[in-house]
Amino acid sequence: MTQTSSNKPSPTPPVLSRSTTSAELDTDYKWGFSLDIESDVAPKGLNEDIVRLISAKKDEPEWMLEWRLKAFRHWLKLKQQAPGWANIHYPPIDFQDIHYYAAPGAADKRPKTLDEVDPEVLEAFEKLGIPLAERERLAGVAVDAVMDSVSVATTYQESLEKVGVIFCPISEAIHNHPDLVKKYLGSVVPYADNFYATLNSAVFSDGSFAYIPKGVRCPMELMTYFRINQADSGQFERTLIIAEEGSYVSYLEGCTAPARKTNQLHAAVVELVAMDDAEIKYSTLQNWFPGDKDGNGGVYNFVTKRAKAKGRNSKISWTQVETGSAITWKYPSVLLDGDNSVGEFYSVALVNNHQQADTGTKMIHRGKNTKSIIVAKGISAGQGSSTYRGLVKVMPSATNAKNFTQCDSLLIGDQCGAHTVPYIEVKNPTAQIEHEASTSKVSDDQLFYCQQRGISTEDAHHIIINGFCRGIFQELPFEFAMEASQLLKVSLEGAVG
Amino acid sequence: MPSNSAPSGAPLLEIRNLHVSAGDLEILRGVNLTVNVGEVHAIMGPNGSGKSTLANVLAGRPDYTIDQGEVVYLGRNLLEMEPEVRAREGIFLAFQYPVELPGVRIWQFLKAAMDALRVHRGEEEMSAREFDQLLKQKVEMVQIDQDLVRRAVNEGFSGGEKKRNEILQMAMLEPKLALLDETDSGLDIDALRIVSEGINQLRSPDNAILLVTHYQRILDYVTPDFVHVLIDGRIVQSAGPELAHQLEAQGYDWLKETKDQPDLVDTGA
Repeated sequence: MTQTSSNKPSPTPPVLSRSTTSAELDTDYKWGFSLDIESDVAPKGLNEDIVRLISAKKDEPEWMLEWRLKAFRHWLKLKQQAPGWANIHYPPIDFQDIHYYAAPGAADKRPKTLDEVDPEVLEAFEKLGIPLAERERLAGVAVDAVMDSVSVATTYQESLEKVGVIFCPISEAIHNHPDLVKKYLGSVVPYADNFYATLNSAVFSDGSFAYIPKGVRCPMELMTYFRINQADSGQFERTLIIAEEGSYVSYLEGCTAPARKTNQLHAAVVELVAMDDAEIKYSTLQNWFPGDKDGNGGVYNFVTKRAKAKGRNSKISWTQVETGSAITWKYPSVLLDGDNSVGEFYSVALVNNHQQADTGTKMIHRGKNTKSIIVAKGISAGQGSSTYRGLVKVMPSATNAKNFTQCDSLLIGDQCGAHTVPYIEVKNPTAQIEHEASTSKVSDDQLFYCQQRGISTEDAHHIIINGFCRGIFQELPFEFAMEASQLLKVSLEGAVG
Repeated sequence: MPSNSAPSGAPLLEIRNLHVSAGDLEILRGVNLTVNVGEVHAIMGPNGSGKSTLANVLAGRPDYTIDQGEVVYLGRNLLEMEPEVRAREGIFLAFQYPVELPGVRIWQFLKAAMDALRVHRGEEEMSAREFDQLLKQKVEMVQIDQDLVRRAVNEGFSGGEKKRNEILQMAMLEPKLALLDETDSGLDIDALRIVSEGINQLRSPDNAILLVTHYQRILDYVTPDFVHVLIDGRIVQSAGPELAHQLEAQGYDWLKETKDQPDLVDTGA
């Protein structure tokens, strides 16, 4: 790495630097390439000046900067005490050894249109299966492509505008739709919510903003593809989706990163708000670099995702397939405020080699007749450790609340771990709570049965794991389900056979 | 012409002096058997005689140790082949206790199996449409419920459904050598008849069937060319289908007594 930036933070234009590929690991992770492009990188370290610099880079209004500074000052009070209750283990993170802002391309030539985007960046997204050029775009999917701290391009914006749907980088929304951002930013995940959410609130760079107006069924899938390229950088994206009364939207996110030797920090915040009769379906394929076979490198994925089912009959559905990251710490949750609102959480978390995942959900029932469904599937291989941690809370106001929880763990090999930590708090006697859990292994008999039909051990594992995840994959849009299935296969290479 | 096909009447499987153990327990103690293309052989014997072991060893189940002997399949050393290669080369085991594969639909499972077989033979994978048509045809042939193929493999199946599912798979994969491991056990008379009809339809001059059974009753429906009696890990008697009726009438004891002697000789060797 040849960072030439000085360690002295300043709001003056930061030094340009070029990242190199020398710090890459030799792994089978096929998304592990990095771009050797000119980048606009903030000096390492975090202080008030860096927060101001990020805000200045985005040419933000004063209210946004104030909000960031409020968060930053609160973060200082937390004294670098990251939450310690999760079943994950890693050396302390040096928060002063991270670049908090990195943008592909030189500082003085921000692309305004797709034609101005560095062809190398476009090529990189194409290589990742996300072509952005008009001719080759994914049909029926509007994509916001985010590299490091900035959105590179957003497709189909014009067609969405025709039906009143706003889909743009959040940095753009701050300028063009300040009232919406002011009203909803931090309304579901307050800046003081938790250590990483506070950090994100101070330094968040880009992410997506979507607004679906009253009665509109969003005509295409909205997708954000997150890519970390810059070495030693953190990615702190912020996503905000608002579904007005009677609207519907299906949103997808995918993510990858180069195979760097050092760990990279990813601390995102996602907030969803659904009004009366609105539905938001949020799907994630998380494929951040997981580190190599010996546990070197990989992304620390510390994410706060929360939705507010605010209106009557509103519905939030989280579906996640988590195969990447060295460490995953995330609990996509639903605040079931509206009467008759529904919250769903469907999850597959796979750990291999030395990966660790502590993931689950929180379903907080406040409205009457609220319903939640949790289906969590954990797959552990190699020396991986997978923990399901979930909270079902029924408040006194939530008459006739219902929850069904199912947690299944599948173990491959004899050195991995699976843990289930369900919390149930019920403060209303009319609640109906069901919890089912199972742990199983891929048995020799199952493998032999497949082999006897001509199926190789590796394919047999793939088939059995797909069967195990069937209920979750059904929740994903079709192309995503295919990709998820492939991801599981690739992620398990070396662990089976 | 594929190198691994053999004309009717040619030797398909030759088992010579096969000794097999599981842990410290010696199960097969010198089995000799030749199966030619186009033949149906029934292996009968009392519980614990090694019938199922023989079928499983031929299919390549890893729980056993081959102590001695050889098995030649289509002129090749079968014991050196991985289980999945044996399957792709045309060996099919209808399991006595088929396992459940939760969430894996039968059609998905069969498609994966068909693809593996075809790729092994250097053929293209079957198109989804072609596969659907074939599956529909075979489902009718073995008289199983059309909805069964959309269910997960053996998950929540009755004993009869599990066995019929095995026969369906056999019909799809069209093996050269089918090993039926107590396919008749646990079936009521109607299910037995349906399963037997399936087997009879699959029986052809181009393949061979090794039918392992404890009871003679399935042989009322599927008439074998040869009946062998396996006792204490060795074939003690081989004859035509009439032997099955004799066993039905007299049991196995008369055979056990006559064959005790050579055992003593062997253990001293």
